[in-house]
Amino acid sequence: MPAEQRETEGTTRRSFYIGAIYGIWGIIAAALGLPAAAYLLLPPKVRKENEWFEIGDVSKLAPESPVEMTFRRNRVDGWKIISEKSTAWVVKEANHQVVAFGPQCTHLGCAYHWEESKNEFLCPCHSSVFAVDGKVVSGPAPRPLDRYETKIQGNRLLIGPLEGPPEQKA
Amino acid sequence: MKRRWEQAAGWLDHRTGIQTAVRQFLYEEIPASSGWHQVFGSVAVFLFLVQAFTGALLAFNYAPTPGDSYNSLRYILTELTAGRLMRGLHHWGASMMIVVVVLHMVQVFLYGAYKKPREATWMVGVVLLLVTLAYGLTGYLLPWDNRAYFGTVVATRIAGQAPVLGPYLVRLLGGVGAVGVVTFARFYGLHVLLLPPATLLLIAIHVYLVRKHGVAPAPGDELLPKKQFYPRQVFMDTVAIFVAFAALFTMAVAVRVPLEQLADPTDTSYIPRPEWYFLFLFQTLKLFTGPLEVVGSVVLPGLAVLALILVPFIDRGQMVRVTRRTVAIVFVALAALGWTGLTATAVMTTPPATEVEIDYSAPTDWMQLSPEEMAGVAYFRQENCVSCHSIGDGGGKVGPDLTTTSIHKDAAWMIQHFKRPSAMVPGSSMPPIQLTDAQLNSLAAFLLKLNPDNASALGNAPDFATQGALVYQVNRCGTCHMVNNVGMKVGPPLNGLSKRRSRSWVEDHFADPQKLSPGSFMPPYKLSSKDMENLTTYLFALPE
Repeated sequence: MPAEQRETEGTTRRSFYIGAIYGIWGIIAAALGLPAAAYLLLPPKVRKENEWFEIGDVSKLAPESPVEMTFRRNRVDGWKIISEKSTAWVVKEANHQVVAFGPQCTHLGCAYHWEESKNEFLCPCHSSVFAVDGKVVSGPAPRPLDRYETKIQGNRLLIGPLEGPPEQKA
Repeated sequence: MKRRWEQAAGWLDHRTGIQTAVRQFLYEEIPASSGWHQVFGSVAVFLFLVQAFTGALLAFNYAPTPGDSYNSLRYILTELTAGRLMRGLHHWGASMMIVVVVLHMVQVFLYGAYKKPREATWMVGVVLLLVTLAYGLTGYLLPWDNRAYFGTVVATRIAGQAPVLGPYLVRLLGGVGAVGVVTFARFYGLHVLLLPPATLLLIAIHVYLVRKHGVAPAPGDELLPKKQFYPRQVFMDTVAIFVAFAALFTMAVAVRVPLEQLADPTDTSYIPRPEWYFLFLFQTLKLFTGPLEVVGSVVLPGLAVLALILVPFIDRGQMVRVTRRTVAIVFVALAALGWTGLTATAVMTTPPATEVEIDYSAPTDWMQLSPEEMAGVAYFRQENCVSCHSIGDGGGKVGPDLTTTSIHKDAAWMIQHFKRPSAMVPGSSMPPIQLTDAQLNSLAAFLLKLNPDNASALGNAPDFATQGALVYQVNRCGTCHMVNNVGMKVGPPLNGLSKRRSRSWVEDHFADPQKLSPGSFMPPYKLSSKDMENLTTYLFALPE
């Protein structure tokens, strides 16, 4: 066999080896990497939630005067279902509709409170101010206060899941 | 573009030397005889990396405390995408690691590659083998199911038998008194904190020594020109790695690793078995009884490890061709024969499981159904309803999806419809179902429970449960007993029966209740052995 021919044969074999090495490692990396990404990034299957929790009597609420009310609820947390205390700001609106706001400011999640004297919700972190109907009055808050789904049974208020952007849902 | 790339690479190499280092590593000269028989070391390193990767991913969703560990593993298996795959890879990867490490050792042994000056390389390799086994031992406890718990109880007892060191070893493993939180923490710590860096260090030393002495040549190699590691040998190693990976991936997808029930130290019926690669040790242990037990449990294995470490000093002859190493070949053959014999005996003498094993890594919603609903599942399967109806994703498309229909209909409507389908749905092509009213009631009760979320879980109810529930319904057990809060309280509620009574007690009790519980007014039941088995298994599977 002439030396030149041997040379080209050696080069083709060499490039075959190299191609196979890159190809195989590509397949392995994909076969491990894609499931790993799915495992870490996809949300877990949702276990039954959307339960309703009783928060208390709302018949005696004064209109337009928010009250902070606490309730216990069960929440799925990874592999656990925890029973935790949670709060809501409950307002009876002028038309006697009852609204329950989630307790966190829509800016960065600080706890806000009702300023009786000024008739507004104030967040102490970055001075976001919300009106009694939850709308932003001033400050950096990007959207009105999040609301819980609510149901009235007799005089009692039932609280459901928090409505808001999905990532904000507890 | 190419010029740019080369410039950048040159800049980086000038600062870090990385390109030179990689080049030096890849263009190492290896003997002319190198080839397919030397791929196992690379495969072992690859498998170690897969274990580290999948292990870290599992740890991201794992709570390392007894009880919580079980729940979090169930969460990984049942609720996370690819969670079952990750656990499958980690579980089967461990077994494959053992296989490959042993193959690597057998190859080196057969070729006599441990001879001067490579004694240290061999000895570090033996330590790596022991480390691999230590992963298996410590990882076994981490699911914290019955298998894990009782297997570890036995392992720590064996460690306690070691002469002199025994009690200290047990204390070190936290196994004083019983296997509990301390043992768990120690095993977890070893498995994820201590062993991995130790492995990395040992692999580094091992590879350094291989590089220092060069790959062991075969006789006659010195006359032939040397080859380069890259690309030919790297290609071979890569192909071998791919074969191993494909096998591992297939196993992880196809062979379900079960999760047994949560560890229950009071369970007296559980027969622990070690992992398959420890079975030969388990069988050796059985050959020695009484005061000699320590010979089988500690002395023999200890001597075997010592002999393995000393191999390079026992066999100090010149390198010869592998085909002429008859003593080594006979030795390997005998060891393989002995290992196979012991393992096979252990497998054959394993008593058949007394209980049907329930895979707790699968959805267990079916456990919450009442016996009537469960019997409905049995009729549903018997009548082959899925050939026309879909339940959520699976099933036929001729009839409506039952997960959505059931919401709008009540039981009375359904029963009328089962008897004369076209009377309720004009033009329906569904044939009438030939079952009694009681049976149709069961079927309707089950269908009322269906919703898109639980459909697949209910479809997965094991046959013993549906058949057991049929026996339960036919014999009207519910007129005296309660299951999942449905039924009467004349007799004791049957949830948690497995904790109160043994299986044989329950079976004898069916035949003659008064003999075992005097004063009971339960009538005797003559059940066929199949019915008896299904009913008992079903009752034992009920949640507490």
